[in-house]
Order: sequence, then C-alpha cells, then structure tokens
Amino acid sequence: MIELVVHAAVLVGLICAALLVIHFRDLLSAAIAFGIFSFLLSLEFYILQAPDVAIAEAGIGAGLTTAIFIVAIRGTRRMEEEVEE
Amino acid sequence: MNMSKIVRSAANLLFPFILVFGFYIVLHGHLTPGGGFQGGAVIATGFVLMFVAYSYDFITGCIGAESLHTTETIGLLLFIVTALVALGFGVTFFTNWMLDVGPVLNNPVAYGPNPGDLNTAGFIPVMNLAVGIEVLGALSVIVLYMLSGTKEEI
Repeated sequence: MIELVVHAAVLVGLICAALLVIHFRDLLSAAIAFGIFSFLLSLEFYILQAPDVAIAEAGIGAGLTTAIFIVAIRGTRRMEEEVEE
Repeated sequence: MNMSKIVRSAANLLFPFILVFGFYIVLHGHLTPGGGFQGGAVIATGFVLMFVAYSYDFITGCIGAESLHTTETIGLLLFIVTALVALGFGVTFFTNWMLDVGPVLNNPVAYGPNPGDLNTAGFIPVMNLAVGIEVLGALSVIVLYMLSGTKEEI
C-alpha cells in the first residue's frame, strides 16, 4: 500500500514538474524545474527496479544537464520574451 | 564572475561528499548497481558544481583544461593497456588475465547471498576505474569549454 502511494506521488510530481517547465517565463526557474523533473524520474526508475539507470539519470539528468543549462543562461538572457505572431 | 556566497559555500560543502560517493560507485561497480560510467558521471557532477559556482578565470587557475585532457587520456590508456596485456599471456584480447596471476583481485566468489567481496572479479574493477577516470575527464572538459564561451560582464 505504501509503495503504491509513493509511486502515485512520484508520478503526480513528474507531471507537475513537466508543466512547470513549460509555465515559467524565467529560464533559470525552468532549468531548476527540469532538474526536479530529472530527480523524480530517477526516483521512478528506482521504484521500477532499475537502480543502474537511476544512478545514470541522477548524474547526467539532474546534475550535468541542469549545469549546462545554467551555463547557457549565464551566456545569454535570463528572461524569455514573448514571440510576436 | 563568481556566484553568490551561498552557492559557493554549498558547493564547497558538497564537493568532497560527491567525490566520495562517486568513487564508491566506481569501486563497487562489480558488486552493486552502477559502474564506471555512472560513477564517473557522479564525480563529473561534483566538478561541474564547482565550475558553475566559481568564475572561469578562477577555475582555470586551479585546474585547467589541459590536466582534464590528461585525465581522460590516462583513463583510455589504462583501459586499452589492461586489455592488451592479455596478449602477452598467450590468450585473446580482453581475456580476464588477472584471474590467473597473483593474489590480487583473485578471491573466489562466495556461494549464496553475501555482502560481496571487493577483492574478486579479476580486472573488471580495474576496467571500471579506467572508465570512471575517462568519463570524469570527458564530461568535465565539455562543461569547461562551454563555460569558456560565456561573457564575463554578467
């Protein structure tokens, strides 16, 4: 029962984090939300009995990709601008 | 330019623990989940945390891209030389030659559920260490070159 509750909470958190990535106009916030998404995804891999993939996802997805996005934001602008149709 | 003092203090505090955890994953690669690539990625995450927290000039003053290139090359050379030594014993390329030579990494594997023994599996721990060193150098140097392209006036 407790596994089912944790699993459902992780899945709901994944969807919320993915929606937040689209919602934020501040790109630094979006990068952090993407890091949270990757962390929850690695938790989901661990629940699904794949600890090997979970370690790789936590290292590459939550660590390196977020750092690369932050470096890219440091080199460009922080706020996303409205696109004119 | 450096990040704020909060980010720098947190990076300083977390850096040694990330390194220890990464090397734990690398060295236990033949016993537990993980291995060379995963452990190397975790160690590279620690290095990249320092790269993001400090300025590019400070980082290149401390470590430099050249030493990271050397790290990557050492990992690759260790991997391929360990595989090539098998040819000297008259067996095929990539044969696990350490199982027959000396007492190092040569314990028999215990039967049944057991906590695991680091001193097993022949040259597989050596290969894991080589892959870990190589991935550490490669992933760090990628982010270091990305960081070199950012402007400094932000």
